[in-house]
Amino acid sequence: MRKLLLFSVVIIAAISFIIKLGSLQISGTNPEAFKSDPAINAQTIYPSRGYIYDRNDALLVANQAAYDLMVVPREVHLKDTLAFCQLLNINRETFINQIERAKRYSPRLPSVMVSKLSKETYAAFQEKMRKYEGFYIQKQNLRDYKTAAAANVLGYISEVNPWEVKNNPEYNAGELIGKTGVEKQYESIIRGEKGVQYLQKDRFNRIIGPYKNGAHDKTPKAGTNIQITLDKELQEYGEKLLENKRGAIVAIQPNSGEILALITGPSFDPSLLVGRNRSRNYTNLYYDSIAKPTWDRSLLAQPSPGSPFKLINGLVALQEGVLNPLETVYCNNGYFVGKDKKGCHCGGGSRNLYTAISESCNAYFVAVFKKIFQKYPNSDAGLEAWVSHMKSFGLGDYLGTDLPTGAPGRIPGVPFYDAYYGDNKWGPTYFISNAIGQGEVATTPIQLANMTAAIANRGFYFRPHILRKIDNKPFKDSVYNKPVFTSISKEHFEPIIDAMQKVYESGTAKHLKVKGLTMAGKTGTGENYTRINGERKQLTDHSIFVGFSPVEKPEIAISVYVEHGYYGSRYAGYIATLMMEKYLKGNISNKSLENKILESSLEKEYAKPLSGKPFKINEYAW
Amino acid sequence: MRGSIGKIRVDWVSIILYLILVFVGWVNIYSSTVTENHSSIFDFSTIYGKQFFFIIISLCAAGFIFIVNTKAFERFAAIYYFTALLLLSGLFVFGKTIAGATSWYNLGFFNFQPSELAKIATAIALAKYLSDIQTDIKNNLHAAIAFGILLIPALLVIPQPDPGSALVFFALSFVLFREGFSLKLFWGVFAAILLFMAVLKWGVIWSIGGLVLGGGLGFMLKPKRIKWSWTKLSFGLLAGVLFATSVNYVFNEVFEQRHRDRFSLWLDLETDPEILEKINRSIGYNTYQSTEAIRAGGFFGKGFLEGTRTKGDFVPEQHSDYIFSTLGEEWGFLGTTVVVLLFTTLLLRLLFLSERQSNSFNRIFGYGVVSILSIHYIINIGMVLGLLPTIGIPLPYLSYGGSGMLGFTLLLFIFLKLDGNRLKEWD
Repeated sequence: MRKLLLFSVVIIAAISFIIKLGSLQISGTNPEAFKSDPAINAQTIYPSRGYIYDRNDALLVANQAAYDLMVVPREVHLKDTLAFCQLLNINRETFINQIERAKRYSPRLPSVMVSKLSKETYAAFQEKMRKYEGFYIQKQNLRDYKTAAAANVLGYISEVNPWEVKNNPEYNAGELIGKTGVEKQYESIIRGEKGVQYLQKDRFNRIIGPYKNGAHDKTPKAGTNIQITLDKELQEYGEKLLENKRGAIVAIQPNSGEILALITGPSFDPSLLVGRNRSRNYTNLYYDSIAKPTWDRSLLAQPSPGSPFKLINGLVALQEGVLNPLETVYCNNGYFVGKDKKGCHCGGGSRNLYTAISESCNAYFVAVFKKIFQKYPNSDAGLEAWVSHMKSFGLGDYLGTDLPTGAPGRIPGVPFYDAYYGDNKWGPTYFISNAIGQGEVATTPIQLANMTAAIANRGFYFRPHILRKIDNKPFKDSVYNKPVFTSISKEHFEPIIDAMQKVYESGTAKHLKVKGLTMAGKTGTGENYTRINGERKQLTDHSIFVGFSPVEKPEIAISVYVEHGYYGSRYAGYIATLMMEKYLKGNISNKSLENKILESSLEKEYAKPLSGKPFKINEYAW
Repeated sequence: MRGSIGKIRVDWVSIILYLILVFVGWVNIYSSTVTENHSSIFDFSTIYGKQFFFIIISLCAAGFIFIVNTKAFERFAAIYYFTALLLLSGLFVFGKTIAGATSWYNLGFFNFQPSELAKIATAIALAKYLSDIQTDIKNNLHAAIAFGILLIPALLVIPQPDPGSALVFFALSFVLFREGFSLKLFWGVFAAILLFMAVLKWGVIWSIGGLVLGGGLGFMLKPKRIKWSWTKLSFGLLAGVLFATSVNYVFNEVFEQRHRDRFSLWLDLETDPEILEKINRSIGYNTYQSTEAIRAGGFFGKGFLEGTRTKGDFVPEQHSDYIFSTLGEEWGFLGTTVVVLLFTTLLLRLLFLSERQSNSFNRIFGYGVVSILSIHYIINIGMVLGLLPTIGIPLPYLSYGGSGMLGFTLLLFIFLKLDGNRLKEWD
């Protein structure tokens, strides 16, 4: 018994040890454990983001490296502070302050010593870096914008927010993601693939070398370059024209649906959202709730389309067989809805389809609109037919572009009026304003441009899109490469296009005619209202214009919308014409047109409703 | 496996086990402390270089033991013992403090820990006293003197503070039990420890209930031939109840917070996850890191120099008290099991050798050696595996440390020398 005491103690100890070891080392392990090992630091290596080029291979967005000088205070053994400061171009106080601040944060972890070194300083420092223990350079990848335009199209990148982290397992906090525009839409193409490097750490969190000589590491894959459909020059030119104005310009290549220019005004330089001042600049832009520079009017604004809408009402009437282009309607400088007389700018007199479009006669299209409804036994059927024609032009619903935002606009149908007036309690006269693009209809500038492209193509359109090539291979997607046909037969377009050409030759835009180019267009003047202290108040009309050129073989279709620019033949007409000429000829023949737009500003107009004083609208002078 | 060095017969099994353990220890010390710029193993500025040097010294000392006359150990037992006590007392004046414990003499090139030698001296002294023909362990005075021999050095090391070494001196009481000291004390202490833990874990009421139930069941189920005295049984139960009720007082009032934390961690007492996290980060940090390192080793281990937690220096004191975690991470279950079996074999072999000694001094000293080695091995590995509370005590032959290496080597080789000489007492 006594002899066995120590013997049993040793045996019991051995058995307990082996059981405990078994539970730790056999049942308690897994092969992926190294990933959660605190001694192993998985360092993500970020790929360089893909470049973005314009349709002519002009670089729009590249990358720039920013170099931060990092310091690990406890590893610093600096002998010659002066030489070090001279090398970095900082003074002694800055040096001491920064070191102190870094020490307060953590003596063992790296802190930023000098952020965003210049390339020269970086080069000079890198040569001598090995002499300075405790300092190292950390590279940051930033976007480098080669254009001051297209901020709304290109979008910006910034750190992922918690919601995105939760919903996209491939992102970790602090990583960058495209937030708007192309950067967001084609994030998965241009971001590339992250690499990872496993590093061995000691318990003070210091890196002591690669883990297993990099056996588990993964090299990053650089992002793919893309080419977008924008024409850099045209985009920049358009933004210049839209300076001091609010509105939008959308130019589309009709035979492909490629967006040549997508401009919102006011815009901003995309470089503002890069680097050290990003956050401050973003706040300034985001909280400008009056001019709304971050709100992309070209995709999101939904004003009444105004007179360009007459074009498709004319087309619908032709398709429905209720309109003879040469049939005339007498315009009494207006028209009656019940007992109310509504005005018309056309000058009055006898109008056929051609002159009604070129002079933009309201009375004529009110009559045409009524004719469409008269063909049908009841208003419901008439409205349904009308709505389906409208929708075939891509109106009244999201257009389905490859841009991350958009708006549906509005083509009010039977349910809309049933809800508004009650079932069977309305007729075409209730929404007769839709005949001339006022009333309840609403379109976004890109929908108008797309509608114009459909007219230019004589009956079909390609869904507008922004991506042209991925890694130099054409972007192929049946959503964007297959024509979408309107419900209007080809032959009905000719009278409308002839009339649109007349707009330039003898109509509302005759002062805008460009020598050597055939253009078709339509002016629009959109009435609009706002509420000031709860009171509905009319503001100066929006200036609207759509057009395409050359007429025979259209290469560009455009819509321009300038808030409170008054007549369509003013701001919008000027800008549209200049844009088309710029795109087709490369230069502007009539410099006075260009100067007029560059010099004029609408800021005074925009200030009126905010002034708190009574103001006049639709002033003649501009 | 019996050979001889010169005229001396020697137990090669023990020597080979010893050499393997020392080698394993050095390999793991190398892995724990090697840095990027691999220096030579003879570089004495490195930990592994120093340990290599200590191993050489210890082997020389072991060789020297075989030259010394066997009788020298027994004959001068008192001198060794009192020298050791003197050295331990001297620490109060000249001691050097390392990691909070004043347990070292600074000898310039190396810090010397006298408690390692005191363990040998005490084992020799105890063997000498108990083997004396006039000593009768059943005699209360003699038993008290025998206890005193191990109690004095224990009391000298406690204030250093070095509770680990004190525990080792107490462990020498195994020798007393082997030599006939009443086992009642052993079982009493054993029962008290169990009761203490039970009260902490399950509370006073449940523990007393269990105690009474256990006593009752034991009484009813006991074989007829064993006679229990009613008075003794009720006295035992009463003592148990009194002890149980005093546990909470001792735990809360006598113990310091760090002791309480260790018990909380060991017995899994803390329910508040925040406090538990805090304990895990402070007092439980070492154990947590060492068990995680061992877990990470898996069955086959990560391989020599491949232990990421070892290389990352995550386990504090990994080359000394926590050397077993390096082994666990780099050599896996295979490595740890082999080392546990090596130790078990060595200890059982030494027990076997002790039992066959005809000379009672040899036998008792052998028991002392096994007691000292066992307590180190059990407490150390138990601590590293989180089975026992944290008590700083090295793993014999594996842990880094010159005094320890020399002490454990001398301990083993003195006994092997005695064993080799057992048939030639007249020499």
